[in-house]
Amino acid sequence: MSTDTPPSAPAESAAERYLAVQRSDEFAGLRRALRGFVFPMTVAFFLWYALYVILSAYARDFMGTKLFGSNINVALVFGLLQFVSTFLIAWLYSRYADRRLDPIADRIRAEMGEVRHDDGARG
Amino acid sequence: MMTVLAAEAGSGTARNLTIVLFLAFVAVTLGITIWASRQTKTATDFYAGGRSFSGFQNGMAIGGDYMSAASFLGIAGIIALYGYDGFLYSIGFLVAWLVALLLVAELLRNSGRYTMADVLAFRMRQRPVRTAAAVSTITVSIFYLLAQMVGAGALVALLLGIKPGTTFLGMDAATAKVATIILVGALMIIYVTVGGMKGTTYVQIVKAFLLMAGALLMTLLVLAKYKFNLSSLLGDAAAASGKGAAFLEPGLRYGREVAGDPTQTFYNKMDLLSLGIALVLGTAGLPHILIRFYTVPTAKAARKSVLWAIGIIGTFYLLTLALGFGAAALVGSEAITAQDKAGNTAAPQLAEALGMDFFGGNLGAATLLAIIAAVAFATILAVVAGLTLASSSSLAHDFYANVIKRGQASERREVAVARISALIIGAVSIALSIYAQNLNVAFLVALAFAVAASGNLPAILYSLFWKRFNTSGAVWAIYGGLLSAVVLVFFSPVVSGSATAMFPNHDWQWFPLSNPGIISIPFGFLCGWIGTVISKEHDEEKYAELEVRALTGAGAH
Repeated sequence: MSTDTPPSAPAESAAERYLAVQRSDEFAGLRRALRGFVFPMTVAFFLWYALYVILSAYARDFMGTKLFGSNINVALVFGLLQFVSTFLIAWLYSRYADRRLDPIADRIRAEMGEVRHDDGARG
Repeated sequence: MMTVLAAEAGSGTARNLTIVLFLAFVAVTLGITIWASRQTKTATDFYAGGRSFSGFQNGMAIGGDYMSAASFLGIAGIIALYGYDGFLYSIGFLVAWLVALLLVAELLRNSGRYTMADVLAFRMRQRPVRTAAAVSTITVSIFYLLAQMVGAGALVALLLGIKPGTTFLGMDAATAKVATIILVGALMIIYVTVGGMKGTTYVQIVKAFLLMAGALLMTLLVLAKYKFNLSSLLGDAAAASGKGAAFLEPGLRYGREVAGDPTQTFYNKMDLLSLGIALVLGTAGLPHILIRFYTVPTAKAARKSVLWAIGIIGTFYLLTLALGFGAAALVGSEAITAQDKAGNTAAPQLAEALGMDFFGGNLGAATLLAIIAAVAFATILAVVAGLTLASSSSLAHDFYANVIKRGQASERREVAVARISALIIGAVSIALSIYAQNLNVAFLVALAFAVAASGNLPAILYSLFWKRFNTSGAVWAIYGGLLSAVVLVFFSPVVSGSATAMFPNHDWQWFPLSNPGIISIPFGFLCGWIGTVISKEHDEEKYAELEVRALTGAGAH
C-alpha cells in the first residue's frame, strides 16, 4: 500500500480501488481488530443477559434471596448489575475504538485520498 | 385516600394548568419547527438534519425518540402494580443498546445515506430489497405509532380529569379521546412536514430534557420521603401491595407458575424468554432509531451519540424503578387500578401524591400533576413525530425515488413526496388509532419490537458482516421475519381466544405465546440464510466497497 496518493485522479476505477483496499493487509488488520472486539463482547453480554432472564424464569427462590438483611434481593442486584455491565461495555468499546480502530481507519482513508465529508454521488 | 380527595379538589386547577403547560410546549416546539424549516433546503436537511448535530445533541434526541409513553407511563405502571417484573422491560430496553453500539450504529452511519434500506440495498438489486425494506419500515412504525396515539387518547380523559358523565369543553370522555388523537396526529404531521429531521430532532431534545427533569424531580422527592433508604422504600411498596416479598421478586406478571397446569406454566416461562429476546434484539432494528445515526457528521459522532443515549436512557430506567415502587408505596395499587386497570396513570398519580406532600396541599398536588401530565403529552408527541419521519422517509426515498423512479427522481421532487407521505401516514394512523382504541398498548409496542427484531435485524447484520449475502437472502430475511412475527401474533392469545384478547368473543388462537420473538427472530435469520444459499448472485466488488466504506468511513455522505 503506497502511503501517498497523487493529487491527480487515479488511473484505476473506484471499484478496483475498493477491492485493492479490501484485500490490503492494513484493512484486514482493521477488520480483525473490529470483529475481534465486537463479536466476543456481543456473545458475552448476550449470554449474561440471557442468564438473567432465564434465572428470572426458573430460579425464583435464588432470585428472591434477601441480601444484607434488608429488602434488597438478588433479583434487584442482578438487574442493577445489568446496568453496570452495559455502561462498562459501552465505555470499554469507546476507549478501544478511539485507540485501536479510529487510527487505522483514518490512515486508510487518508491513503485513499479522502478528506471531505459531503454529499456527493448517490451511494 | 388522600390522593383521591386531592384529585377531586384540585382537578380543575390541574386540568387548566396541564393545558397551559402543554400549549406552552406546543408553542415552543412549533416555533423551533418554523425556524428549522428556514434552514431546511436540501434533501439531506430534510432527511438527516443536514448531518449537523453533535454527538451529545443526537444522544439526547435518541433518548427523546426512544423513551416513549410505554417507557414512562407503562413501565412505571407495571412496576407499581406487579412489582419487580416491570424492571425486566427496563433492563431489556437498555441492554439492547449494546447491539446498536457494537454492531450497527457506526457501520450504518458510514455506508448509508437517509434510510435503513440504503445499507440493505447497497450491494443488492435495488427494487426488490428497497420495496421489502419500505414495507417492513412502515409496518413496524405504524404498530409503534398506533401504540403511542392510542395511549395518548386513553390518557387524556384521565389526565384532564374527565370522568364518565362529566364533560370538558362540551365533550364527553369518548369524544375527548378522539379529539386528542386528531390533535396529536395533526401536530406530528406539522412537525415532520414543516421541520423535517432538523425540527423533529430539536423537538426530541426538548422533550428528552423535560422528561429527564420531571423523572429526576419525582425520584428525588420519593427518595427524600424515605430518607434515601432504598430498602425502606421497597419494604413499604411490598407491604402496600399486599403481596409481600413476592412483589420484589420476578414472577407476578411474567412466567407465572400455574399450580396443577405444567403446560401453561411452561408456556408462561417461554413467553417470558420470548419477551426478553424481542426487547434486546428489537432496538437495533427500529427504523426511526436507525435514521437518527445519519444526523451526525461522522461515525465517531454516531458512536458518541449512542454513548450519550445509553447514559441518558440508562439513568431514566433507573429512575422508573423509584417511580414505580414509589407509586406502589405512596399511591397504592387500589387507587391506581381505580383510575386505570393497566396502571398507565401510576406516574401522574404519584406526582399528585408527592405534590400534596411536599408543596402544600391541593395546589401543590395540582401543580406537580399538571407538570408530569404535560411531560407525558410531550413524550408522546415527540415519539410519534420520529416515527412519522422514519416511515415517510422510507416511502419517499426507498419506494418513490428508487423503486418507482429507479433513482432518477430530482431531490426537490423526492422531498416533496416525503412531505406528502408524512401527511398520508399521519392521516392513516389517526384513522387507525381511532378505530383501534380498544387495543392493548403494551401489546402493540411489544409487537413492534418483535417485528423489528425478526424482519429488520437479521437483514442488517447479514448485510454488514456476511460476504455471501445477496438480494434473495435480503428479501427472504425481511419478508420471512416480518410475516412469521405478524402471523404468530395474529394466532396468539393476545388477538383471540382469551378474556383479555382484542377479540375476546372469537377463538382462532393456536399459538400459545403472546410474544412471537423466540420463534420469529431465529426464523428471520434462518430465512435469510436459506434465501442466500439458494441464489448464486454475489457481487464481490460492491461488497468490497460496502465493507471498506462501512469500516473506514471513506466516501461517507
